[in-house]
Amino acid sequence: MCASPYYRMQIMMCAGTGCIASGSLDVKSALERELVKRNLQNEVQIVMTGCNGFCAMGPLVVIYPDGIFYNQVKPEHAPVIVEEHILKGRVVEKLLFKDETVKGRVPLMKDIGFFGLQRLIVLRNRGLIDAENIDEYIARDGYGALAKAVTEMTPEQVIEEVKKSGLRGRGGGGFPTGLKWEECRRYDNFPKYTICNGDEGDPGAFMDRSVMEGDPHSVLEGMAISGYAIGAEQGYIYVRAEYPLAIQRLQKAIEDARSYGLLGKNILDKGFNFDIAIAPGAGAFVCGESTALMYSIEGKRGMPRIKPPRSAEAGLWNQPTNLNNVETFANLNPIILNGADWFASIGTENSKGTKVFALTGAVVNVGLVEVPMGTSLKTLIFDIGGGIPKKRKFKAAQIGGPSGGCIPLGMEDVQIDYESLQGVGAMMGSGGVVVMDEATCMVDTARFFTNFSVDESCGKCTPCREGLKVMFDKLTDIVEGRGQEGDVEFLIELGHHINNTSHCGLGKSAANPVLSTIRYFRNEYDAHIRDKHCPALVCPDLIDFVVLEDKCKMCGMCFKNCPSDAIVWEKKKVAWIDHSKCTKCRTCIMNCKFGAIR
Amino acid sequence: MPKISIEDLKRIKEEQIGKMVLRGGQYRAKVTVHMGTCGIAAGARDVMSLFRELIAEKDMQDVILTNSGCAGLCAKEPMITVEVVDTAPVKYVLVDREKAKKIFEEHVIGGHVVEDYALAIGSETMAV
Amino acid sequence: MQERDAILKRKVQDSAEAIPPEKLLLLEPIIEKYQGSSSYLIPALKEAQEMFGYLPMEVQRKLSMGLNIPAPHIYGVVTFYSYFTITKRGRHTIRLCLGTACYVKGSKQILEIINKEVGINVGETSKDGRFTLEAVRCLGACGLAPVMMIGEDTHGNITPSATLNILEGYQ
Repeated sequence: MCASPYYRMQIMMCAGTGCIASGSLDVKSALERELVKRNLQNEVQIVMTGCNGFCAMGPLVVIYPDGIFYNQVKPEHAPVIVEEHILKGRVVEKLLFKDETVKGRVPLMKDIGFFGLQRLIVLRNRGLIDAENIDEYIARDGYGALAKAVTEMTPEQVIEEVKKSGLRGRGGGGFPTGLKWEECRRYDNFPKYTICNGDEGDPGAFMDRSVMEGDPHSVLEGMAISGYAIGAEQGYIYVRAEYPLAIQRLQKAIEDARSYGLLGKNILDKGFNFDIAIAPGAGAFVCGESTALMYSIEGKRGMPRIKPPRSAEAGLWNQPTNLNNVETFANLNPIILNGADWFASIGTENSKGTKVFALTGAVVNVGLVEVPMGTSLKTLIFDIGGGIPKKRKFKAAQIGGPSGGCIPLGMEDVQIDYESLQGVGAMMGSGGVVVMDEATCMVDTARFFTNFSVDESCGKCTPCREGLKVMFDKLTDIVEGRGQEGDVEFLIELGHHINNTSHCGLGKSAANPVLSTIRYFRNEYDAHIRDKHCPALVCPDLIDFVVLEDKCKMCGMCFKNCPSDAIVWEKKKVAWIDHSKCTKCRTCIMNCKFGAIR
Repeated sequence: MPKISIEDLKRIKEEQIGKMVLRGGQYRAKVTVHMGTCGIAAGARDVMSLFRELIAEKDMQDVILTNSGCAGLCAKEPMITVEVVDTAPVKYVLVDREKAKKIFEEHVIGGHVVEDYALAIGSETMAV
Repeated sequence: MQERDAILKRKVQDSAEAIPPEKLLLLEPIIEKYQGSSSYLIPALKEAQEMFGYLPMEVQRKLSMGLNIPAPHIYGVVTFYSYFTITKRGRHTIRLCLGTACYVKGSKQILEIINKEVGINVGETSKDGRFTLEAVRCLGACGLAPVMMIGEDTHGNITPSATLNILEGYQ
């Protein structure tokens, strides 16, 4: 880990279960006391890290930038460490770690890219607690933030803290959460509501599902804190119907929290009432839009309405309503407990904290990844994701789902934060990152996303309902070989119209996949239209199905795999394709290791 | 369960930490099967029931078998974490019944990490 | 004329499979549970669909009377959300994931092979009542892409040829 620019030194305290059990938290507070005593708290930072793997020698302390490793540190060692090492720069010999034999063949978590480069806030409890056991959540400081909020803070102070933290909505928009709460608090029209948006509809995004399944109480606690801040007594979690396990675990969590009195009347005897109900969705992508979601909870068709009034003024049942996404709520416990300054110290100037990404597609380590804002796309895909499988080349990453855009090869150094992504024509969205390799056709991909938006358009406003259909038909023409000169210009113009004139967020961003693929892969569109050829060999109508003699290694893989016996091949002879039998299924192309079929 | 107070929150935390970390407790080992939707789809339930059978068979009172949510590395599901007292937790990936059996015998009972199946030792890094 | 005949025939078929009135009484507990607020319509429809497998007109009408919600409103909601269906389904529902990850990894080929071999497109039920094909947006098992679910079973890393073998197992 690199040293933060604000601190001269960092003390890494192991906070693995083993070290905590042997007292690393006591050592931490002892070190903190010593630092304050010598007025070093602004120069030296104490960092809690994951398990170092030497539990039997714990508690472990590593001091950077020197990288000196101390073991079996006790609180009474704190003065000597601070006095000798931090102030005078002298290593404390007697605490030095000497035995190197502990290291085995199995690497440490912090040394493998996938886990080592992640920093957990939202997923802090992942894999550590039993989701259905409220006591285990409490053991990881669960409900401590709610307790702190209702006992030590006024609602205004909670809002101030969230504003100061710089937390922005993780559902895609990136609107500052604190400002949203402040606006909702201002209205004196009761009852008010706070809603959790768990309608994770972006294809390829599953971080909210993972949080709701793996750590449901962190969502409930965040919602209760928001209820306290804005003055709401009722919360709703809107969950997709496709997530039965999440619904089941949230239900159990709500019941457990109620029986502990952490939801319900007079929470923790502080006079705060708050309860939560689950509102299951019924399969409509547009219900991720705030006003549509509220209509859906009311039992109506989920169609967005024009804003203003904003939901903060007139939302659910026309009452003031706050809506945040699952990941946003899961950030609140650590923000309240560790303070806004701590949270604001992570990330970039305008995007604070971490972001969870669902890394999918043509990448080795498919999975959920939480990294500080400002991490580069390259780190995400290559260091954490492990790169592209099958020795293929990276072509583009699609970020932000059907509303997002593509980031092509050559721009993978872009920092991941709200503004930088927008600058390159993509968006944060909910955090789905789909990696594409050279075997992906960008026109076909744009068509896929447009088809998705056509299906999911609610049909209320014309640009989205009709415009996307026209766009989809045009893209179909192009991939099926009927493309004409001028089609791309037409798509650009139509795309801007759709984005500028639609009612809601779905329509306003629905043309992004097309516009961004045109922006970066214009040559592929041109190849489809002018040469009637699909460079990625995906669109069957634009493939010649001819074996290139100079590339064919005569291995016979195409012959062995062809389901319709359309390939003629003998040992040591170049294969050829019998077009009267070929069904254009592309099996031969997928099985040819030498790219000899075009 | 009675309604709890802020003091209760602290008490529950203390009690649970005793259970969740193995040191000095009555437990010798803890096996966590990661059971999110992806893990279950990849066969985590099978692994879970196998461990349940093995533990019952040997009547091992000092082994905690528990489940938790998705561990994040979906490409390598099913995943389990095995923690033996006084050592670091070890994550195993792509676990099936056969591997689970070997892990149970060599690591949970014998205390030796099954290096061939292990992904990594240790736990994850919290944000600073 | 042929086309019209076909449509008429289909209508006859529909009403022949109508749910008998005594079965509609099964809806009473649902109506009792959710009476009083129109905001409970979606959960009520969900339970009704779990009971009958689909939501034909007579079920919608019964709920309309019981919950005191206009039938057109109910029809509007039923047709808006993809979770609800007004036609009877096959014995096995194939839910093929067409999410981005699965799509990139070739679920389109799986769709084509089902199309060709079973003879159904998305949203259709095979003539023998064996399969209903649904396309879904991400089952959240992207690590196993491409993925399809048949009933409650998830099948991952499928190929076109494996698909046919898997389907064989569901009669």
